[in-house]
Amino acid sequence: MPVKPKEKPAPELTPARHPMEKFLRTDRIPHIWCAGCGLGTAVSCLLFALDELAWDLDSVAVVSGIGCTGRVAGYLKLDSYHTTHGRAIPFATGLKLAKPDLKVVVFSGDGDLFAIGGNHFIHAARRNLDMTVICVNNFNYGMTGGQVGPTTPIEGRTTTTPFGNFEHPFNLVYLAASAGATYVARWTTLHARRLQHAIVEALTRKGFTFVEVISPCPTNYGRRNKLGEGLDEMRYYAEHAVIRHGADPKEAEIVPGEDFLIGKFVDTEKPTYLEMYQAKVAQLRGG
Amino acid sequence: MSRVLMRGNEAIAEAAIRAGLKCYFCYPITPQGELVEYMARELPKRGGVFLQAESEVAAINMVYGAAAAGVRTMTSSSSPGISLKQEGISYLAGSRLPCVIVNMMRGGPGLGNIAPAQGDYFQATKGGGHGDYRLIVLAPSTVPEAAQLVMLAFDLADKYRVPAMILGDGMLGQMMEPVELPPPVDPSSIPEKPWALTGAEGREPNVILSFDLSPQGLREMNRVLQDTYREIERSEVRWEEVETADAEIVLVAYGTMGRIAKTVVERAREEGIKAGLLRPITLWPFPYEPLRELAERVPTILTVELSAGQMWEDVRLAVEGRAKTPFYGELGGVVPTPREILSEVKKHVSS
Ligand code: SF4
Repeated sequence: MPVKPKEKPAPELTPARHPMEKFLRTDRIPHIWCAGCGLGTAVSCLLFALDELAWDLDSVAVVSGIGCTGRVAGYLKLDSYHTTHGRAIPFATGLKLAKPDLKVVVFSGDGDLFAIGGNHFIHAARRNLDMTVICVNNFNYGMTGGQVGPTTPIEGRTTTTPFGNFEHPFNLVYLAASAGATYVARWTTLHARRLQHAIVEALTRKGFTFVEVISPCPTNYGRRNKLGEGLDEMRYYAEHAVIRHGADPKEAEIVPGEDFLIGKFVDTEKPTYLEMYQAKVAQLRGG
Repeated sequence: MSRVLMRGNEAIAEAAIRAGLKCYFCYPITPQGELVEYMARELPKRGGVFLQAESEVAAINMVYGAAAAGVRTMTSSSSPGISLKQEGISYLAGSRLPCVIVNMMRGGPGLGNIAPAQGDYFQATKGGGHGDYRLIVLAPSTVPEAAQLVMLAFDLADKYRVPAMILGDGMLGQMMEPVELPPPVDPSSIPEKPWALTGAEGREPNVILSFDLSPQGLREMNRVLQDTYREIERSEVRWEEVETADAEIVLVAYGTMGRIAKTVVERAREEGIKAGLLRPITLWPFPYEPLRELAERVPTILTVELSAGQMWEDVRLAVEGRAKTPFYGELGGVVPTPREILSEVKKHVSS
């Protein structure tokens, strides 16, 4: 009689605990995000990246603005700050300059960082302030009910573009690169491992580093533009996201229905704001 | 007149369009989302421009530009967004430019919450930005009144060349009521704006400034503003009185609280308590005189607000010790029930 193979326990598909629970304020869970939203994946990628780096967590601070992504700060068991709408970067700047040894991460949304906060973004990048900015780009304002944002594609339907958007959107990769970011990458929430790796790289580089995360908002942008469930958007990413490292940031435009570029666009080095500042101080003291 | 069921936010938007609104600028914030969305849907079809700006600061400065060009223009937001607009509002006031600003107040300070509150009274009525200026501040307590006051706000703003504010709250914005909408204003009936920047063909160039380096010059500019404000104080005070003739206690409340206070007065009367209500409709100019007259004969004037007692200061300025002036308020977006207010009333009447 043949020996019956020993049954392998089925892999735990939905574990009772988040694998990165140690980084989460579990008393604040369940979170407010909708089913199928990409924000959970984006946060997990940051947490896995921090786990991989095995840093002393007392040296890490996460700063968010306001919006669905802005809620991230509230769920992290790190030094985290939920700041003013659009002002996460100025807050992070103050924090970094007061505590230069801190690793400061800004985690916020496209509206927060690039509409109301756009000026701050380009100036922090220009200064090459030591910080990592992670932008979850879901093409609209989720929290306030799905209004047009600075990344909404042409013809995108939102509550404030009921007849289709006609404003040209930002290409965030190009914007970050031209403003002076020393590291620029874009991934989607489908590319979780690569996103995690990009976050590790961004966190370990000097200067102003930027990671864009293309993410589904099934409740607002997805529903109004007939993109289906969160999973359908992931399928869309699988079909249309083309990995091309070192591509010209100008070519990273996102046009619905067309392939779009993801990968690492910029990875360079130049003196940071603090290095320049310290050099100037040394010069003054010396002279 | 057409009678329709509308939310406060939508009625405000529709009334503004009927008042001849040409340029509307906004930025998303709760609880005034329906107003923004209504404008996005309707204004482009009806001859106006809708633009969702990159921030509240941008939106108010777009209003500044459109107002200088002489068109009817408006922005709307809620408390934190209105704070961001203050610099632009000060410039508009200093430049004597008419516009309408809608603030659907929410809980504060800081990010606060999205529940109804009245914590922006000081900001609205005392000049929220820098310098000596005032806004005409209108406080609707029902959806129909909101529609009516928006139309009035445009007229008063144009008449006096002063920015006007509609001060509502999240409850008014969300509430649905039947509204009689007045017919659209005939554009030719809107008074000319000879001061506007319309191209100086065949006339001397117009100059719009909020700036004069010489103290004497700036004093003159301020005098013009102050003279305008005195005239507004003389002519534009609006309020409603309910059952004040024989009242032993008069409540003072505005907006959403004014509406609730009306119910309190009814219930108090049913129980034989001689309660009345004074509901300011213009928060600036504030109805000091009518309150002062009431205080001559009413022993207790109870202020009820969704704040720590901001309007209360104006009530006490009006009453000047002539009557007792207790205060009842709630904070953080908590709205007291008529029953709670009634038991407060009972504490102050001799039974
Ligand atoms: S509204 Fe959109 S972005 Fe916000 S939680 Fe829901 S799906 Fe996510």
